[in-house]
Amino acid sequence: MVDSYRPLSLKEALDLRADKGAMPFAGGTDLMVRYRYESGAVPDYPRAVMFVNHLDDLRKIRRIDHGLSIGAAVTMTEVLDHDEVPEILKEALLTIAAPGLRNTATIAGNICNASPAGDSICALYALDAGVKLQSPGGERIEPLYQFITGPGKTDLHADEILTEIIIPEDRSTIHLFKKVGTRRANALSKLTLSAVARISDGRIDEIRIAIGAVAPTVVRSLELEKKMEGRSLKDVALEAEDILRDYDALVQPIDDQRSTAVYRKRVAMNLVRHFLLGVVLQQKGA
Amino acid sequence: MATINFSINGTSHAIDTDPLRRLLDILREDLKLTGVKEGCGEGECGACSVLKDGVLVNSCMIPIGTCEGSEIITPEGLRETVQGKAIIDAYGESGAVQCGFCTPGMMMATEALLRKNPSPSEGEAREALSGNLCRCTGYDMIIDGVLKAAERGKGLW
Repeated sequence: MVDSYRPLSLKEALDLRADKGAMPFAGGTDLMVRYRYESGAVPDYPRAVMFVNHLDDLRKIRRIDHGLSIGAAVTMTEVLDHDEVPEILKEALLTIAAPGLRNTATIAGNICNASPAGDSICALYALDAGVKLQSPGGERIEPLYQFITGPGKTDLHADEILTEIIIPEDRSTIHLFKKVGTRRANALSKLTLSAVARISDGRIDEIRIAIGAVAPTVVRSLELEKKMEGRSLKDVALEAEDILRDYDALVQPIDDQRSTAVYRKRVAMNLVRHFLLGVVLQQKGA
Repeated sequence: MATINFSINGTSHAIDTDPLRRLLDILREDLKLTGVKEGCGEGECGACSVLKDGVLVNSCMIPIGTCEGSEIITPEGLRETVQGKAIIDAYGESGAVQCGFCTPGMMMATEALLRKNPSPSEGEAREALSGNLCRCTGYDMIIDGVLKAAERGKGLW
């Protein structure tokens, strides 16, 4: 049996994290399933657990310079109910689980669980989000695509707590979120696409394409995005097939209980193709 | 071990227990409130639904340590309210109950919906109950029950 703690402040939580190595427990909807033991028994946690879901410091959504900060203990329902949250993130959250779980689950938990199929993670990649990590010694902000390093693996240090998700101001003019799963509620993704772009005067000012559950981490290519940004839709149209071929090389799915590599590859590339050719390049000025 | 103070159906409780135990087990095993059911134990089926501080949660996903100061409403509490009675009557009239295992959870999800949205569309009712599985009815009669409760119980929520 492991110990559990209910710190009364973020400072106390940070000390517990550093001193006892306690595992932060916000919504717990992943942890309760991962460490589930027998019916009626306490879950089989590998180390001490510390509840952080009630901490005021982690319960805020606030506007910051050029963006939005979402506290780590804010539930998915609370994010959905907030006016300033970018639409693509809301669309992603609405495909996650069902209302009862969304009332408990957090985006921070989805991030720290670091599943390649995490739907909010995919949308946050497209929004170029970052995470704030605090320890007793200080804090740092890291882009999400660097923070998540592999399936179930993050760059969270042993004395750190993920305290905020930082979303830069969303200036996109178009976005597309698609989740492919077996049913609408409570299904884990076979794959997901999250993509945003800002188009003005027939030019791509910004574009970000993220593909979930087709590689060890969400696929996003800064290099390919840079190739398209600042260019006219007409120019990009001429190179579209080359760009799609480059994305195709990055999409490296596996077979598992939810889907097959062949299916994932085909559908993911159809969605990327649809976003680029069917949405972006159909904008005015193309 | 710790002492957890919380209320269930309006009655205060102080329970000495391991904070990592599930709310579901505290309700069923310690307090003999067996209206909540354990279906999947993984948050997928909704049979263990309760209201925690007014919002729908799966009690199999909730360690009791996170309930300090919380107000929990179980099916036993809901059925004693006028709103609960309206839902029970509407479910009965609609034929929304067959084996009955999912029914308490369905009713909690219905109550959560009607508190937020007293006149839901069919689509909104389906979304609100999307975390609750039923293996008997095919759902249509349950959705009828939800919409009938909203209609008959107008003004209650």
